[in-house]
Amino acid sequence: MTVNSVDTTYREAVREAIREALLGDERVFLMGEDVGHYGGCFAVSKGLLAEFGPERIRDTPLSELAFVGAGIGAALGGLRPIVEIMTVNFSLLALDPILNTAATLCHMSGGQFPVPVVIRMATGGGKQLAAQHSHSLEGWFAHIPGLVILVPATIDDARWMLGWALKRPDPVLIFENQTLYNRKGTLQETGAGNPLQARVRRSGRDITLLTYGASLYKALEAAEQIALKGIELEVLDLRALRPLDETTIMESIARTHRVLIVDEGWRSGGISAELSARVMERAFFELDAPVRRICTEEVPLPYAAQLELAALPQVSKIVAVAEQMVSKHG
Amino acid sequence: MSTDSSASQSPLPPAEISRDLLRQMLRVRRFEEECVPQYQAGKIRGFLHLYVGEEAVAVGVISQLQLKDAVVGTYREHGHALVRGVSARAIMAEMFGKQEGCARGRGGSMHLFDAATRFYGGNAIVGGGLPLAVGLALAEKELQRGGVAVCFFGEGAVAEGAFHESLNLASLWKLPVLFVCENNHYAMGTPERIELAGQGVCAKAEVHGVRARSVDGMDVAAVWQAAGAALAEARSGQPVLLECNTYRFRAHSMFDAELYRERSEVQAWERRDPVACFLARLESAGVVKKSEWEVWQQEVNAEIAAAVAYADAGTEEPAADLLRFVYAEEEAR
Ligand SMILES: Cc1ncc(C[n+]2csc(CCOP(=O)(O)OP(=O)(O)O)c2C)c(N)n1
Repeated sequence: MTVNSVDTTYREAVREAIREALLGDERVFLMGEDVGHYGGCFAVSKGLLAEFGPERIRDTPLSELAFVGAGIGAALGGLRPIVEIMTVNFSLLALDPILNTAATLCHMSGGQFPVPVVIRMATGGGKQLAAQHSHSLEGWFAHIPGLVILVPATIDDARWMLGWALKRPDPVLIFENQTLYNRKGTLQETGAGNPLQARVRRSGRDITLLTYGASLYKALEAAEQIALKGIELEVLDLRALRPLDETTIMESIARTHRVLIVDEGWRSGGISAELSARVMERAFFELDAPVRRICTEEVPLPYAAQLELAALPQVSKIVAVAEQMVSKHG
Repeated sequence: MSTDSSASQSPLPPAEISRDLLRQMLRVRRFEEECVPQYQAGKIRGFLHLYVGEEAVAVGVISQLQLKDAVVGTYREHGHALVRGVSARAIMAEMFGKQEGCARGRGGSMHLFDAATRFYGGNAIVGGGLPLAVGLALAEKELQRGGVAVCFFGEGAVAEGAFHESLNLASLWKLPVLFVCENNHYAMGTPERIELAGQGVCAKAEVHGVRARSVDGMDVAAVWQAAGAALAEARSGQPVLLECNTYRFRAHSMFDAELYRERSEVQAWERRDPVACFLARLESAGVVKKSEWEVWQQEVNAEIAAAVAYADAGTEEPAADLLRFVYAEEEAR
């Protein structure tokens, strides 16, 4: 272990990011349900109340609409709030302030009132939490101009994206897939670069696989397996869903000429549809095969393990589709 | 609802203030009246909600504010912006969709903004301004700037979850916020009696630990007095709600056949016209002379005419600028 390389978890990386922000800027505070006394519903903010006190680690009542709106107001008033919503499912009770206020105010006021608020929330399924605690709605939020949507998949991104977000004058939403919090790894960098740039997490010549969040690890596992059969996936971690880094995406397609999208969101009208459309618009003549998508099946996510497994994108499915893509059109 | 809430029992504010209150109400009244022909001429488009009849509320409250205070309004907010210090011409230009407008023509009538006077809009989501005001008040408290956030909303907003969540939060956190309910007794065409159960707006505030008072919103002196006291409390960290009983003389917006109320009811309230009644009171108290009032009218008419001319002469932002300000153009500080 060197100074620049620490064994840690995704959870601890997020906590360190919050700590650093609190230490570095007096205007920063964390607020949300159970962030203080409880330590965060995913234990992200454990210990922070003792270290920073109740004004900077602010437990809120169960009022998503009011505390998200208040976070926006506090940002307008000169503070730098980190608003935590327990999970994306509850963010629906705060859609109004997020869309009608945070995303509109800068433009609607002719640039007078930018909204430097950061809103973090857990997202995603895979833990048998059923249909009101498992959905992946980050693609919906990516529909909204005025927002920046970050989807940190790696420990480095969990650690470094928050600081970047807090320096932005615009509302930034950070989606942390709940299956990632326990993920162990090594924090290597002293920064993760510009979060708006997609990253090639594995190079390969045959298929560009576009993904983000927890699906990144399924994609990497699939790439590992299929490499044994001589098929090389180039796995791109999007890192941001708005804006989309079309440059990196199109550069990769120019090398592979095939695109497979893996998204834990639903397929209809989702971010995978958007990605596919952009590929058609910008790289149609590069393609050797139709764009393929693996998304969550179009059901409310069920509780039973085998059903949930069947609903979510899985490694085996990625391998199967990738094989089809090269064999049919190769 | 009754129209006869112990009219004109309130003590008069000092002469200079009384005169200013009257003059400000006149500005709002004339501004709103001028919007009608401008709307009919197609210069003002979109939704247009007039504040005629309710002037005493914005004037009474905002006249008590300090520069450091923050204001959050609704879509019926021309008067609030005007009294707060946004120029008539910047507001009119905004409604004409010109880039000289106070939001560069991107907001229109319902979304007036002005950073210089801490005027945070112009919010067209019923109840949408309340959480925002709570957050602005939180910033005042944490940054120890001593300002108050003042939030205007109608009684219709009291039925929204945002109202209850916001008051609960403001009360828990002891925030310097003044909630001003402009109770004009109708939410579009829905009368208060089929909108709000229970014992009224103040009772709903009090269950959240927010002190609440009802005041005659047709009497600018009463509003001014009550707002002064409420602001002092709010500034010390005790959120307060002021319910101002008032009435809108005109339709909800320009698309409203007013099927839901009797002409006689409107007329009864018109007899309590906040501008005319206060003028009569100040005249009989010798605070304002008829000749002065006439001069003021001319001055205000000139101000509004100049605003219209300015808005007319205003320029259109090129469509090439459409995407500006979706994201901030300056780095955050
Ligand atoms: C959340 C929401 N629901 C519905 C509307 C449509 N709407 C606009 S104004 C209004 C009535 C609001 O009444 P009130 O709050 O009493 O204010 P007033 O118009 O009387 O000033 C309604 C229903 C809206 N703008 N926002």
